[in-house]
Amino acid sequence: MELQYSAAIKRSKKTDLIAEKTILASCVISNNTVYKNSRPLFNSPDADLPAFLVNAYTHFKIDYPKFYKMDTLSKLGWLASEMLLAGENRVNSFQPDEIGIILSNANASLDTDIKHFNTLQGIASPAIFVYTLPNIMIGEICIRNNFKGENAFFVSSSFDAEFTESYISKLLDRQILKLCICGWVDLLETDYKAVLFLVGFGKEGQDILFTKDNIEQIFSGQSHADAG
Amino acid sequence: MKEVFVVSDNIISPLGFTTTENFKQLTKSVSGVQLQNRKDISAESFYASLFNQDALFLTDKIRDRYTKFEQILIASIQTAIDDAGIDVTTKKTILIICSTKGNISLLESEENNAVLKKRITLPASAALIADYFHFNQQPLVISNACISGLLGIVTAMRLIQSGQFENVVVAGADVITKFILSGFQSFQAISPAPCKPFDAERDGINLGEGAATIVLSSNKKSEKGIRVIGGATSNDANHISGPSRTGIELNQVIQKALKEAAIDASKIDFISAHGTATIYNDEMEAKAMHLAGMEQVPVNSLKGYFGHTLGAAGLIESIITIQQMRDKIILPTKGFQEMGVAKPVNITKTLVHSELRHCLKIASGFGGCNGAAVFGSY
Repeated sequence: MELQYSAAIKRSKKTDLIAEKTILASCVISNNTVYKNSRPLFNSPDADLPAFLVNAYTHFKIDYPKFYKMDTLSKLGWLASEMLLAGENRVNSFQPDEIGIILSNANASLDTDIKHFNTLQGIASPAIFVYTLPNIMIGEICIRNNFKGENAFFVSSSFDAEFTESYISKLLDRQILKLCICGWVDLLETDYKAVLFLVGFGKEGQDILFTKDNIEQIFSGQSHADAG
Repeated sequence: MKEVFVVSDNIISPLGFTTTENFKQLTKSVSGVQLQNRKDISAESFYASLFNQDALFLTDKIRDRYTKFEQILIASIQTAIDDAGIDVTTKKTILIICSTKGNISLLESEENNAVLKKRITLPASAALIADYFHFNQQPLVISNACISGLLGIVTAMRLIQSGQFENVVVAGADVITKFILSGFQSFQAISPAPCKPFDAERDGINLGEGAATIVLSSNKKSEKGIRVIGGATSNDANHISGPSRTGIELNQVIQKALKEAAIDASKIDFISAHGTATIYNDEMEAKAMHLAGMEQVPVNSLKGYFGHTLGAAGLIESIITIQQMRDKIILPTKGFQEMGVAKPVNITKTLVHSELRHCLKIASGFGGCNGAAVFGSY
């Protein structure tokens, strides 16, 4: 795998063309369903989000007790990253500082902010307060996978596919990163959506190009296979 | 790649409303950190650098339309763009807003309903501010814990380098509220006295409020000045609320920033540390400086003057670093007396006059994030 990647990067240097960036995998969690590469893997229709996330964690037989300590936003993003990375052996070809995480959402950590605010009449809890920053979710994913590269958390009123594509493509083109997890993980009370992309160089099998249109299509669920 | 020039900057803090005023206060060893009796924030008194409650940031006509968080940002951005002389209404200029908690105080003062949940978000504030100045482009918002402001500078640098934008207005702010203070208190991270960065007796942080703006451009405004020549971020992948025990990951971003700047460690004349005055942060930073071979380089922390201004800190401290380069001055570390880190570093105690060609700004925050930027004079 490593050879293939360096070949792709070399090619781009030699010809001074920018190598193709591809979506190596995607994971969407919405409407109580987990999708990997647009195929539904799990659903649990009647559960509220916290219960749904625990059901999915149990269903996929993940063993990571720290999961239970996370706030709901981190659980959502973290679980999406687990599904995104499951079976993606290409991740192992890179050094920790070559793999980055750049996420965005609309409501930052407001869901947990309200929970921290509600404790202020009594005693504030550090276990809640630490999650009143949206980038904690990035930290949780980095800790799990030993990813140490570039990280950033952007907040926008809606998912900005154009910015995501252009900003991350440039980080990859300049080899600031060789692999990037990017996307959207938003939660406020009962509304939520997680859409993560694993983006890198080189095209294999079903990999699709990292373009604004492809990102948007996966984000909006247009590429989802029928649930069943 | 395009070069990235600093064309103007501004700091609005309890110490003053311009970079010059703030810098002048620092050279006189004046601190914004005071004992605060603010029952709206805490039942007990506490040390912090806060604006007076009757401080006014905007004129009567417009003030009521904006929250305090937005007012200090607007005041800071106005000064910086007036000074820069750039046209913000073109497609080639973008605004970046950096903050950890933005309008979170609205949870304390307003009824929690659907309107509030929209109004309280960072993109809502950013849109109001962008509209106020008639920015053509939709603003970017960065909320990445205590490196937010520094990450704003690194992001802006990249957007200019790639030619995507000619000018980037990077502004950051945070306002201290009960929400924030109570959280840091729950971590037992607040010092009961003025903070003492890197000192043997250090016992935690003081919070601070403020806003700062830096205008970066691919067009230089003058023949001599400061450029942003490198920057990077990393993650410790170790703990969500404690820094790395080794400093390896902070050193990693320092190395990446130096590499981009195409200079080696020996060329760094000064380091502006995060220096929060917590036991673990300062220890970790000292270890990273050793790993980088920078143990002899003069270092200061500005937390003793401004407190920890959260999302604004990276900007305020970068701007003071830039002003130090212009004035050929290294400021002392207020609150520091006796070396309190296991790996000694060169913490400044007195004001020193020195030529500064290359300076390094570093920061770290919750979530294990680290950031670094290198400034060079030309």
